[in-house]
Amino acid sequence: MRRADRLRKFRAYGLIAPLFLFLVAFFLVPIGFVLYFSISNPEVVTMLPRVTEALRAWDGQNLPDEATFAALAEDLKLGYADRTLPKVSLRLNYEVSGFRSLLMRTGRKAKRMQAPFREAMIARDARWSDLIYWRTLKGNDSAFTMHYLLQAIDLDLQWDGGIRRAPPEKQVYLDNLQRTLWIALVVALSCIVLGYPVAYMIATAPRRLAKILILLVLLPFWTSLLVRTAAWVIVLQKAGIVNDVLLGLGLVEEPLALIFNRTGVYIAMVHILLPFMILPHYSVMKGIPSDHVRAATSLGATPRAAFLSVYFPQTLPGLAAGCLLVYVIALGFYITPMLIGGGSDQMLAYLIAEYATNTANWGLAGALAILLLACIGVLYPLYQRFAGAGGMKLG
Amino acid sequence: MALPLHATLGQRIWQLTFRAICVLVFIFLVMPIIVIIPISVSSSSLLNYPLPGVSWKWFEVIFTPYPWMLSLENSVIIASATTVLATILGTLAAYGLTSVEFRLKPLLMALLLSPMMVPLVITALAAYFVFARVGLAGTFTGMILAHTVLAVPFVVITVTATLQGFDRNMVRAAQSLGARPLTAFFGVTLPLIMPGVISGAIFAFVTSFDEIVVALFIASPAQFTLPRQLFSGLRDNLDPSIVAIATLLIVVSVALMAVVELLRWRSERLGRAAEML
Repeated sequence: MRRADRLRKFRAYGLIAPLFLFLVAFFLVPIGFVLYFSISNPEVVTMLPRVTEALRAWDGQNLPDEATFAALAEDLKLGYADRTLPKVSLRLNYEVSGFRSLLMRTGRKAKRMQAPFREAMIARDARWSDLIYWRTLKGNDSAFTMHYLLQAIDLDLQWDGGIRRAPPEKQVYLDNLQRTLWIALVVALSCIVLGYPVAYMIATAPRRLAKILILLVLLPFWTSLLVRTAAWVIVLQKAGIVNDVLLGLGLVEEPLALIFNRTGVYIAMVHILLPFMILPHYSVMKGIPSDHVRAATSLGATPRAAFLSVYFPQTLPGLAAGCLLVYVIALGFYITPMLIGGGSDQMLAYLIAEYATNTANWGLAGALAILLLACIGVLYPLYQRFAGAGGMKLG
Repeated sequence: MALPLHATLGQRIWQLTFRAICVLVFIFLVMPIIVIIPISVSSSSLLNYPLPGVSWKWFEVIFTPYPWMLSLENSVIIASATTVLATILGTLAAYGLTSVEFRLKPLLMALLLSPMMVPLVITALAAYFVFARVGLAGTFTGMILAHTVLAVPFVVITVTATLQGFDRNMVRAAQSLGARPLTAFFGVTLPLIMPGVISGAIFAFVTSFDEIVVALFIASPAQFTLPRQLFSGLRDNLDPSIVAIATLLIVVSVALMAVVELLRWRSERLGRAAEML
């Protein structure tokens, strides 16, 4: 019997293994790379190795010695020849703007430079007498860095390892995080306010009607997110249908600005996430026997009292779970705010995509992704507690 | 919902308000999707009512080979391959997961479902980082693999749910009559859980067919899917051909939703019938 049991277990593991390995290879390992990129800092160490070595002994107070300048000249010469210089220039430009032009300008002439290199390089570009460039080089003498992770929460890693608040013009990431958390909160609360009565109505409606009403919720649920976003773009335009109706009814004097601003983002996001609130709620409410409320009213409770003290408490776990679910999904929204929002309505996901694809700052993209993952990681266990281990049934 | 006969005026007004709010929410849910559909047959290029006339010209635009029909073809290829891969992997895993108990099962389940909770943009970013290094960026294989990651949790969930209502004595009966495990699976288990597998497969198909974020990150123009092309159209030139594409996508979604709902009603009805026996 035990042998048969063991056999059965092995067979089960064998069935789970393909999916497990597939997700490890194409999901977990790639996510691991996101973590890796957020702390990895290979450019300066591998592409400017000589000057990195020479700067280890430097105290950072006075201009480096001739040997260090010579090491840099050699690195620039080789980097220019094998075309790694643009890459490391870009990396250093993230920290000090202008560093890129300085390196490229000097690199082009490095081959023809001769000792004394210190004078030659400063003659080529006077910025080499500014300590900030040398300190930035020294600050990147390790293959791993906390620079990006700290930057993602508006902290600045100094060249000597100190941590300070980022200068005001660079404090954009916490603002964006705050905005992301706020938009998701507004959307989740709106979904409760709009979704709760609707779920209640469907749960208490006669069966035939309930089936039709559920279909009205499932239609947007099944329609692709991009199509729904596109629909809102069309409907909310200045000359769009909503404005036409409002003008026609004389409710407004001139067309409202409903798109490329926060209002449009809220409208579309609530529309997209509302089914995620209604459907789980509905299945919770359907499970509450109607005779509970009837018993309460027959004992003399007013309908309101019966609802508040008998019905409502039984829906609370579902309410918490639905709210957290919508909140967590809303945190990661990207497409809808991008197409419907203005510049000041973009969420964290937009910044991540922007840094990954447009500016090719993978380190910062990775760090911001971790920030977003951390927010969700904090909330997810809470959600599971309210929703039960298997998650919620959706529809 | 029905009020007692002796309901007070206040209660009646309250119920009326409540119903009005619900009706408004239902309108809000359905209106933007329904209202854009007629614009796809507008004879003008304005996205507005009243329609000056009816014309099929926007559908003629989208039924030209480039770019729309090419992207439809890409979408169908990628979504079909994703469906096959996700359904096989997900069904096997669900069968394994429901046939044994072990201590780390909740953890494993959470891991298998995690692609659902991780924001799309992060999954796409991760694929973007890695796929470029192994030559999978800008390939159909890359798109299919990334979409399968996103689709497989839905298969695991639906098939697991079906298997929980499945009577394992059926398998034992088949085996005691001499069926080998594989024969029992294909002859007994699979036909009985088929509605769940089909629902899961449809979820997987829709996940891939509607997916846009991964496509934005890793697809090159040769793999542009319908949503990816729609995205470009939305940004560049917004005209009724975009609405025609949207209408097409809505029709596909509604058709697939109908299949899943019919399967569910059927299994509910069978469930009730079984209870009566």
